[in-house]
Amino acid sequence: MTKLLILIVVVLGILAIAQLARVYELTARLRGKREEDISAADNRMNALLMWLFPVAYFGFFIWLVAAYGDKMLPLAASEHGVETDWLLNFNWIILIIAFVITNVLLFYFAGKYVFSKDRRAAWYPHNNKLELIWTVIPAAVLAVIIIYGLNTWNNITGPASPDAVVVELYAKQFDWTARYPGADGALGASDFRLINGTNPLGIVTPESVKLRLEEMDAEIAEMDSVLAHSVLPDTKAAELKARLERSRRQQARVVNLRTVMEQDIKEKGEASVYLRGADDIVTKEFHLPVHKEVKLVIRSRDIIHSAYIPHLRAQMNAVPGMTTTFKMVPTITTDSMRTAVVMDDTFDFVLLCNKICGASHYNMQMPLTVTTADEYSAWMAEQMKKPFQAPPAPAEVPAATVPADSTTAVPANAQAAVKTN
Amino acid sequence: MGATIAHTDGHAHAAHHHHEESFISKYIFSHDHKMISKQFLITAIVMAWVAVIMSLIFRLQLAWPGEGFAFTNFFLGDKWAPGGVLDPNMYLALVTIHGTIMVFFVLTGGLSGTFANLLIPLQVGARDMASGFLNMLSYWFFFLSSVIMLASLFVEGGPASAGWTIYPPLSVLPQSIPGSGAGMTLWLVSMTLFIASSLIGGLNYVATILNLRTKGMKMTRLPLTMWALFITAVLGILSFPVLLSAALLLLMDRSMGTSFYLSDIHIAGEALEQTGGSPVLFQHLFWFLGHPEVYIVLLPALGITSEIIATNARKAIFGYRAMIGSILAIGFLSFIVWGHHMFVTGMNPFLGSVFVFTTLLIAIPSAVKVFNYITTLWRGNIIFTPAMLFSIGLVATFIAGGLTGIILADSALDINVHDTYFVVAHFHIVMGMSAIFGMFAGIYHWFPKMYGKMMNTKLGYAHFWITFVCAFGVFFPMHFIGLAGAPRRYYSYSEFPMFNGVVDLNVLVTVFAIIGALAQVIFTYNFFYSIKRGPKAVQNPWKSNTLEWTTPVEHIHGNWPGPLPVVHRWPYDYSKPGKAEDWVSQITPLEHDEEEH
Repeated sequence: MTKLLILIVVVLGILAIAQLARVYELTARLRGKREEDISAADNRMNALLMWLFPVAYFGFFIWLVAAYGDKMLPLAASEHGVETDWLLNFNWIILIIAFVITNVLLFYFAGKYVFSKDRRAAWYPHNNKLELIWTVIPAAVLAVIIIYGLNTWNNITGPASPDAVVVELYAKQFDWTARYPGADGALGASDFRLINGTNPLGIVTPESVKLRLEEMDAEIAEMDSVLAHSVLPDTKAAELKARLERSRRQQARVVNLRTVMEQDIKEKGEASVYLRGADDIVTKEFHLPVHKEVKLVIRSRDIIHSAYIPHLRAQMNAVPGMTTTFKMVPTITTDSMRTAVVMDDTFDFVLLCNKICGASHYNMQMPLTVTTADEYSAWMAEQMKKPFQAPPAPAEVPAATVPADSTTAVPANAQAAVKTN
Repeated sequence: MGATIAHTDGHAHAAHHHHEESFISKYIFSHDHKMISKQFLITAIVMAWVAVIMSLIFRLQLAWPGEGFAFTNFFLGDKWAPGGVLDPNMYLALVTIHGTIMVFFVLTGGLSGTFANLLIPLQVGARDMASGFLNMLSYWFFFLSSVIMLASLFVEGGPASAGWTIYPPLSVLPQSIPGSGAGMTLWLVSMTLFIASSLIGGLNYVATILNLRTKGMKMTRLPLTMWALFITAVLGILSFPVLLSAALLLLMDRSMGTSFYLSDIHIAGEALEQTGGSPVLFQHLFWFLGHPEVYIVLLPALGITSEIIATNARKAIFGYRAMIGSILAIGFLSFIVWGHHMFVTGMNPFLGSVFVFTTLLIAIPSAVKVFNYITTLWRGNIIFTPAMLFSIGLVATFIAGGLTGIILADSALDINVHDTYFVVAHFHIVMGMSAIFGMFAGIYHWFPKMYGKMMNTKLGYAHFWITFVCAFGVFFPMHFIGLAGAPRRYYSYSEFPMFNGVVDLNVLVTVFAIIGALAQVIFTYNFFYSIKRGPKAVQNPWKSNTLEWTTPVEHIHGNWPGPLPVVHRWPYDYSKPGKAEDWVSQITPLEHDEEEH
């Protein structure tokens, strides 16, 4: 009912404005006034509005700052974040000064120099000195901004120290997985062709390669037998055949990977990256120690995602086929945030996806717990004890919008029937 | 009222013989630049309404997530809005198509197409475009591409949903999002035609400005609109082909099994065979167009307002040469800044530093422009026509949006605001609002030239003030939502308690958006009503100096009934000392001891 009322009011409002305009137009025609002749009253009204507008404009700005200033991101909880917050505030000071000066001049002049028949505009087509001044001043200010900004940028993007804590963040539609090096302190190699229900990150170890090859054999055998024994419509059969061909080629590539792996192990022995993965910890929990340098290694399985941790001022895209990194030093633990910064017992740092990635993009998140070094070691020890469990699909995703995914436990032999493009 | 043409140049002109034209050749497949400009404008208005309605639908969802609206259901039906609740995939489709239509169809095709076509021959003193036929082709490619874009809304799986930047692999793999099926194919086909339209148009604009200037119209006497449209056309010619190649490679990745942009992908239970490509390559190609595109959108608006501000302040534009210089500088720099869209893609940080430097350099010519506008107003004699109001509005949005650009260009700061609402606020104000204000200013100013009628001034005032207030009401709070860390392209923020503090701003934004959209009803009514019933225009209603106001009100083929006008001065002799009137048309000869300016 209210909606209908609003609609009626809006329609009537528009009609009223149109009618008023029509009346005005007819009376203007009667008076012999031409549409392009702007009356003194109209000029004065607009000049006045030009002066009132900045009052409302700045007022709105101040109200927003007052009402929402404390709802912005709290204190940066990372070392570089503190730096960039300083940089941001420094920029704000310059920008707000420029904002106020230019707007005041713009609206003040617009209102002040309203048309008068008794006056003529000044003849002032150029002034080289003035133009030089307002080329040089912005240039100088920008030079400061650039130097300060790039200095900060270089600190952030410099190489991580070798003893940084390494954590891999692995993205897929629509969740995150973290991987920590096990007791050997290094992450093992990975290959997307090894991904299956028990190896969601495709970690390469002699064992995982063997298992995957066996699984592929089974898949291929299944498809072969379906093709040989079932009567399928032509299109279905062609599809299945194409899929079979693809599986065979992929299998050949995994065999190739096995050769490379075996060669590497033969050459490097225990140092081989292919022997480092077996003890990696794959988890849905994301923990970081406070005051230690952390190197995030970011990867994606399917499309581009972006690992964004607003409270830590950290962001880096997850790009399939590429490994990106971001280093940082968290400075505030989750507990301190809860008790001393945001005063909220339910507060959690959160890693969210910040690159459009599909239907549930808006809910692709993983909480981050920053703990003291001791708590972190205790958590690590606990993680090392428990084997990785394949995660269930996130419950809140509407089923119809989620594409099929092998990790959500589709039996290998049933995959032949799954339609793919 | 307008100065008449007194000289003779002795050349009989081919365009002189008039003959009755059929309806089709006059109104549909017209070669006449004035008719083509009207075709562009009306197509753009239709497209703009489609995009505005889309934005209202997703604004309703953002303000009241999960609530059903009859409005939403009316437009999207039960498939995409069961019970009036917007589907998350359709949400992404709407933001994608809203962006695509606004950036390309309204602010590129609509703005350049309308005003380059209308003004170039009229302001340089030419009978028509260098090639009338190509010009017609340019419109019909644009029309076809608009139709295909609209048709893509109706395919199964919905229209393209990967964001207007269509980053692969999302835009390549239908397994990842339903909109990357037929919808994406149509998007690419539509954009291919659009690019063809832009290129044909652009070549024509450049050829006309360089070759068909009338006698005396030196480059240094061109109105700033011409300079802006000229550089815009050059930017388009140099950058659109790159987008075309990016789109073609994408098309191949989608349907021919190539892997320009794909590598190491495991999706829908299967490892894809494509390896070795890079999604980041697409981003480089896309933004090589994408950033100049921002200026393709903005420069015509700046050119239009330069002209309108000088005319209605009754004062010479301040720093004519500096204005041209800044257009050239912006045009040049716009080609070497594209990487600032990619600071967090894992691009080499040193390369990032270079882009920080080049991007911040653009602030200098931009600042010069703003100061020159302000100085032009200073001690002017300002007449507040609706066009003038929109021009001043443009300066205000250009300031507000330009300043936040400095933050986004600073890579260290971009880390935390990249892809948040801060970016949405920034580009909507500096690109969206500035360009649309320029477009409105142009429509109000040149409406008498286009239709020989006047638009209603009072409705223009209502339109401007409501739109102006709503523009800031909509986009200003978005800075704050962004600084709270809220990402763009989120269907809802209810899954994140950290955004609870700012979600009520979304309600405020949506209310302003609805009021702002209603103000556009006023404009649309005024526009179409005035075409039909508006008071008749005189030849030079704004007492303007440029050549278009020396042509007759009624459109004729060839623009000038007699010989082409000869130009004797720059276009900004407003309130020149020693002159009786406060304006001097470009065709008025210099007095014997008069300095040009």
